[in-house]
Amino acid sequence: MSAPLVQGYEVVIGFETHAQLATRSKIFSRAPTAFGAEPNTQACAVDLALPGTLPVMNREAVACAIRFGLAVGAHIAPRSVFARKNYFYPDLPKGYQISQYEIPAVQGGSVAFELAGAARTVRLVRAHLEEDAGKSLHQDFHGMSGIDLNRAGTPLLEIVTEPDLRSSAEAVAYAKALHQLVTWIGICDGNMQEGSFRCDANVSVRRPGAPLGTRREIKNLNSFKFMQQAIDYEVRWQIERLQDGYAIEQATVLFDPDSGQTRAMRSKEDAADYRYFPCPDLPPLCIEAQWVEQLRVELPELPRAMAARFVADYGLPEYDAATLTQSPQMAAYFEAVVTAAGKALAKSASNWIMGEVSRRLNAEERDIAQAPVSAAQLAALLTRIGDQTVSNNAAKQVFDELWSNPVVTGSGSATESGHDTAVGTGDLARVDQVIAAKGLKQMNDSGALQAIAEQVLATNVKNVAEYRAGKEKAFNALVGQVMKASQGKADPAGVNALLKQLLGT
Amino acid sequence: MSAATLDLHQMGVAELGAALHARQTSATEVAQHLLARAHAHSGLGAYLALNEAATLAQAAAADARLSAGERGPLLGVPLAHKDVFVTRDFPTTAGSKMLQGYRSPFDATVVQRLAAAGAVSLGKLNCDEFAMGSGNDQSAYGPAHNPWDRTRVPGGSSGGSAVAVAARLAPAATGTDTGGSIRQPASFCGVTGIKPTYGRCSRYGLVAYASSLDQAGPMARSAHDCALLLSAMAGPDVERDSTSLEQPPEDYSRYLAQQWPGASASRPLQGLRIGLPREFFGPGCASDVLQAVRAALSELERLGATLLDIDLPRTELAIPAYYIIAPAEASSNLSRYDGVRYGHRAAQPSDLLDLYQRSRSEAFGPEVQRRILLGTYVLSHGYYDAYYIKAQQIRRLIAQDFQTAFGQCDLIAGPVAPSVAWAIGAKTADPLAAYLADIYTLPASLAGLPGMSVPAGFGADPLPVGLQLIGNYLSEARLLQVAHQLQLVSDWHTRTPPPFTPCPGSHS
Repeated sequence: MSAPLVQGYEVVIGFETHAQLATRSKIFSRAPTAFGAEPNTQACAVDLALPGTLPVMNREAVACAIRFGLAVGAHIAPRSVFARKNYFYPDLPKGYQISQYEIPAVQGGSVAFELAGAARTVRLVRAHLEEDAGKSLHQDFHGMSGIDLNRAGTPLLEIVTEPDLRSSAEAVAYAKALHQLVTWIGICDGNMQEGSFRCDANVSVRRPGAPLGTRREIKNLNSFKFMQQAIDYEVRWQIERLQDGYAIEQATVLFDPDSGQTRAMRSKEDAADYRYFPCPDLPPLCIEAQWVEQLRVELPELPRAMAARFVADYGLPEYDAATLTQSPQMAAYFEAVVTAAGKALAKSASNWIMGEVSRRLNAEERDIAQAPVSAAQLAALLTRIGDQTVSNNAAKQVFDELWSNPVVTGSGSATESGHDTAVGTGDLARVDQVIAAKGLKQMNDSGALQAIAEQVLATNVKNVAEYRAGKEKAFNALVGQVMKASQGKADPAGVNALLKQLLGT
Repeated sequence: MSAATLDLHQMGVAELGAALHARQTSATEVAQHLLARAHAHSGLGAYLALNEAATLAQAAAADARLSAGERGPLLGVPLAHKDVFVTRDFPTTAGSKMLQGYRSPFDATVVQRLAAAGAVSLGKLNCDEFAMGSGNDQSAYGPAHNPWDRTRVPGGSSGGSAVAVAARLAPAATGTDTGGSIRQPASFCGVTGIKPTYGRCSRYGLVAYASSLDQAGPMARSAHDCALLLSAMAGPDVERDSTSLEQPPEDYSRYLAQQWPGASASRPLQGLRIGLPREFFGPGCASDVLQAVRAALSELERLGATLLDIDLPRTELAIPAYYIIAPAEASSNLSRYDGVRYGHRAAQPSDLLDLYQRSRSEAFGPEVQRRILLGTYVLSHGYYDAYYIKAQQIRRLIAQDFQTAFGQCDLIAGPVAPSVAWAIGAKTADPLAAYLADIYTLPASLAGLPGMSVPAGFGADPLPVGLQLIGNYLSEARLLQVAHQLQLVSDWHTRTPPPFTPCPGSHS
């Protein structure tokens, strides 16, 4: 892959991502992990590090790590080890963080993604399990700090890449692909505002062919937008420093979205000695091959594989396939529509989901799982467009009605039979009812349509004359008039043909 | 029948259990009697906390269970806990100013299990700060005194536990053993104590010193009593302690009255092979101790046991290995005492660093600070491989040496400590001398093996000497059997320090 150079420098980026695992309880205690509770109400004796408390591994957190490892084709270590990372901080109750250090549970693997239509791959070094710290609150405490330990002990999977990324755009594309993957396999809710998915970017620059430059680590990037801005700023800053004759010093930096700049938090000189050693409270984590195999079987089809299948099986354009596999819910919705409406309507289903459905969901900030129009209802609507009961245009009015006044129709006798469609009778009945109530039934009566067309030609002499003189636009005006006169119930293609026939062209 | 005719504080666990079953006395009466003794002998420094109301409430509950017809060897029997077990009914200080007044919202698993068996908690017992010490002279709340000679240490770190049992303030006590902290004070005070296999008793609720070594165990007047206690204390707790062994509870008294497999009634230990490590009987051990130990071994021989010499070649290396591993773990375990959430907090801290530094400097005693510094050093970048990794290698080799030895013998015996109890203050200023005195208890600790101290008579002055018995993993029932057989034919374990022999009621 050819790297785009920035002022003659190659950009080198590696990522460390903390994905908060979607377990009900904490990694080493039974306290709940729910976000947004009153401070210190979700911390038990273990999380508070009261004397005599001990950690006990949450099996579900391990299952999440295994699922991730399987999804990225990594080696799942049959034996991994938890260590203690020792440092003092008020929101670190034990005075150490339990984290996998020398032997992580997930080793190697890679994440594939696309950038501007080209396939890219980032190699992973590892993914290890660890606990989160609490939160220090510096506001509202009159010069003192408040400590909220609700987050302490929340399970994290830290996912570390090789320095394989070569631009901020590539970095963001990777982060989005990783985000999609961890939410897709259900190990992380992906909520970046709440800190469920936090990225650290290690950025350095070098002349092409030169050894790796000194890196600076941008901490806690919690939006894709800031990620790109921060990396771009950092790259410019490093190049300027080098061009001014300075060396880059290893440092940890923070991105300030207000100023658009990165600033150093600490330099290498004050790097702590964490005195890592194996945690004596936790025996090595042993993962049996049988468990891995079980999770492998249960792993859902991954987004890229699913997108490829959508292209192959349904003939969708790659863009559609990629869009529909943004979330498992959307993909499932699409597949449910196609299953009910038939493969022949797959592209139509894709258009509707990416169009009307997404537009309404976005406007109402809803998830597709809460769409008032069920996949079965949409399939029923597509069926009625397909059999020309209603025009595509008029169907939008039907859709709006279905959306705004949802009626649970149930699937009725939605039995799949051969290549026939399997739309439920209840859903069809509901759609038909709306079509009838709104009088949107497409005009398939050629006699009535012909009468309207002749009437339009008779009253729009000027347009007819212009059309005959060679102005295509005039023809469109005539079609519009017919459509209007039919109250949108006519099939536009049919109108076209009819007019041309009547005009003798 | 009343306390006036029953010598309540002279009764051990089994005897009290029988008297309570027979309704010759009540749990309340026994508890009241022993609380009075605890007050009367407060000068021994055994107790750090009493809570009469809580104790009597527990006793009343036990009496109610007895009245309802419930029976159990510990039902209504009083005991006291080393102050490193967290308890709801009493403060838990771990012998440190850091935790002065600290009240745990939960009971340690061991405390809970004993309470469930109906044992009545008398209070909390003195110990070296965070269990770091071997003389109980490192307690922030003053020393505990050896009842055999009040100018001597009772041993440590479970010093208060040994004192309470020896001075008849409690029929039994819990202790913890990291490098010898049950066995050595048991030896110094002439009581019986057992450190089970690592992981046999839950560590949940035990204030951590060195996690890979800490193990709870009972201290009492006889092997029989220890067996009754341990049966209640031991068992899996995998939901709360990941290092807890998934081994069902067992009745540790099941072999007590039995002969060794294949032995005869006249020679009940026939067939038992006892290995004597040459390294335990060298010039490093005081002659009076060796003499007492040999006398006890002769008794075992008379019972039919065969004595043979074995080698534990890395015995000396146990000292540096232990004093690297234990402080390393301690330095990390004690990081939670930072003045932020609970425990001592320095007044008016100027900033965060000042809060940490002064809180910890003010509230940790010198031995704790020494071990934190030592542990921090050996874990530091650049030293880790040379110290910590090396020590772990030695630890594995020591464990292997034991397995080689157990190919030749059924259990291992020797002294618990190289001397009898020393004078209070004699080793306070010379920590290295105190560390070296741990030589015979550290190997079994590092290997995670069960070990016990059984009274074996007296050395110079005359102060008690303990015989150490070390068994293979999970062989506690056999260790207790051998100790019980010895106690059937000897009376060292029944000896009472002179000032504590008078009749009940005369609280001298």
